[in-house]
Amino acid sequence: MVVKTDLEAASANDKPSTGGQWLSQWHNYNFNLTSQWFRNQYDSDVTVWSPQGRLHQVEYAMEAVKLGSATVGLKNKQFAVLIALKRAVSELSAYQKKIIPIDDHIGISISGLTADARMLSRFMRTECLNHRYAHDAPMPVGRLISLVGNKMQICTQRYDKRPLGVGLLVAGYDDQGPHIYQTCPSANYFDCRAMAIGARSQSARTYLEKHLNTFLDCDLNELVAHGLRALRDTLPNEVDLNNKNVSIAIVGPNTPLRIAEDPDLSRYLSLVEGEERRGGASATGDAGGPAEGEGEPAAQVQGRYKR
Amino acid sequence: MAFAGNFMNPAPLWHNGPSPGAFYSFPANTTSMGPSRETVSDFKAHSATPITTTTTVIGLKFDKGCVIAADTLGSYGSLARFRDCPRVLKVNDLILLGSGGDYADYQYLKDIIEQKIIDEQCIGDGLNLKPKSLHCWLTRVLYNKRSKMDPLWSNYIVAGIQDGEPFLGAVDKLGTAYEDAAIATGLGAYMATPLLRDAVDKGPIDEETAKNVVQKCMEVLFYRDARSFPRYQLGVVNTNGVTVSETIELKHDWTLAHMIHMK
Repeated sequence: MVVKTDLEAASANDKPSTGGQWLSQWHNYNFNLTSQWFRNQYDSDVTVWSPQGRLHQVEYAMEAVKLGSATVGLKNKQFAVLIALKRAVSELSAYQKKIIPIDDHIGISISGLTADARMLSRFMRTECLNHRYAHDAPMPVGRLISLVGNKMQICTQRYDKRPLGVGLLVAGYDDQGPHIYQTCPSANYFDCRAMAIGARSQSARTYLEKHLNTFLDCDLNELVAHGLRALRDTLPNEVDLNNKNVSIAIVGPNTPLRIAEDPDLSRYLSLVEGEERRGGASATGDAGGPAEGEGEPAAQVQGRYKR
Repeated sequence: MAFAGNFMNPAPLWHNGPSPGAFYSFPANTTSMGPSRETVSDFKAHSATPITTTTTVIGLKFDKGCVIAADTLGSYGSLARFRDCPRVLKVNDLILLGSGGDYADYQYLKDIIEQKIIDEQCIGDGLNLKPKSLHCWLTRVLYNKRSKMDPLWSNYIVAGIQDGEPFLGAVDKLGTAYEDAAIATGLGAYMATPLLRDAVDKGPIDEETAKNVVQKCMEVLFYRDARSFPRYQLGVVNTNGVTVSETIELKHDWTLAHMIHMK
């Protein structure tokens, strides 16, 4: 009897423990499976929440910004500068335009879906013109950005729309001085001292953060040089900046927005030419790590879009 | 035929004056021209004439700002109907606005402008409407209304500080706009402008001189303009901001009046 009870006790102790392990394994498996389910179940429609409190469509749209080539914006006490890296789709095509002038005092640099950016830029141009017509004065940059923010928010809340797949860096100059704004597909916008968006832009942001305190007091040439160095940090080692793939826009007091053409552009590029490149900017990985979503093919992200 | 009138029964010599037991009859309602032939039953009636009107408004620039003056009478035709119609408005810390013409149209636009300022303060970005912007905006609004054949029947003078410099501009009911160092609307355009320009042409004037010149103009206008009134408001805008005075009483003396004979 005693033995039997021991045996029984032993087996009774044994069974639940194995069962418990098996259960917890199953549980883990099941958890992964269900979270996969949730992602599929709740990401088809912009207006539907996931149980985790997220809007997957909006988050996917945020990813679209990281597919565009990198662009940097920064300012000192007087000037706001945009610097963008242009891509050519093939050897046969020209480089895709990245900086769009909005008005004499505002320009934008885009990353993400170019078509969405063109729609937004048309809206911004119209608003600036209307403001000039009605008030005989340039549109304050912050006011324009809040209009853009409101416009972008609408399509994150309607079932028959999709979020815009583009991020903007807006450089502008008004009575309150130079501005750099960043806008996101999530309809957030940020007033920045310096910012970089686009593919591998984390390395540019790292550079900007490191030198943030020097920007305000440096002159225009140094400012552009900082921007170029930040942008160069996003490049793979075998690629370098040149007057074909870089676009620079400058706006400031009594300086209507101008996009640097070649004599000037080459002069700006020569400011950082021959400098030793920072070690962190390797082609394989940088401070941004996996959050950048760098290697993600375009088709994969676009496939997540509602069609 | 209609043009020649009825030869046998001529119209009375005195038209449009107040007749016993009746209010002033507005010109547009007795002529055979214009939208006034339309009746109340028409789908939409346009304003063809001002009703309660105010007269001259004066604006003068000085070295560090501007003054605006306007009396407080609201006339109902020739009847001096309302005695307290303030029409010098502080828009914000940079802008002073004066109006003449239809008082209701001024009140309508005043409400819109005040709402515009409230909206701007709600944005809270620290930016303020500037006089040049308001001047331009008024031009657009008034021109738009006149283009619909339904003008707001009033003139405006915008005074203010534009980027540290004094600004003075006028807009009339058709949206015609201009800037000048001395502006007077209505009858004052004929009687006050020469006085104001004399003062301006003598060289830069200070605030005190500007106020004295404007007071002189208000006095002259009170003696000669039958729709004027001896009480007026004086608004001043300078780098310290905008102030609009309480009503000021004009001293007037008619003892010489019996010596004046119109021929």
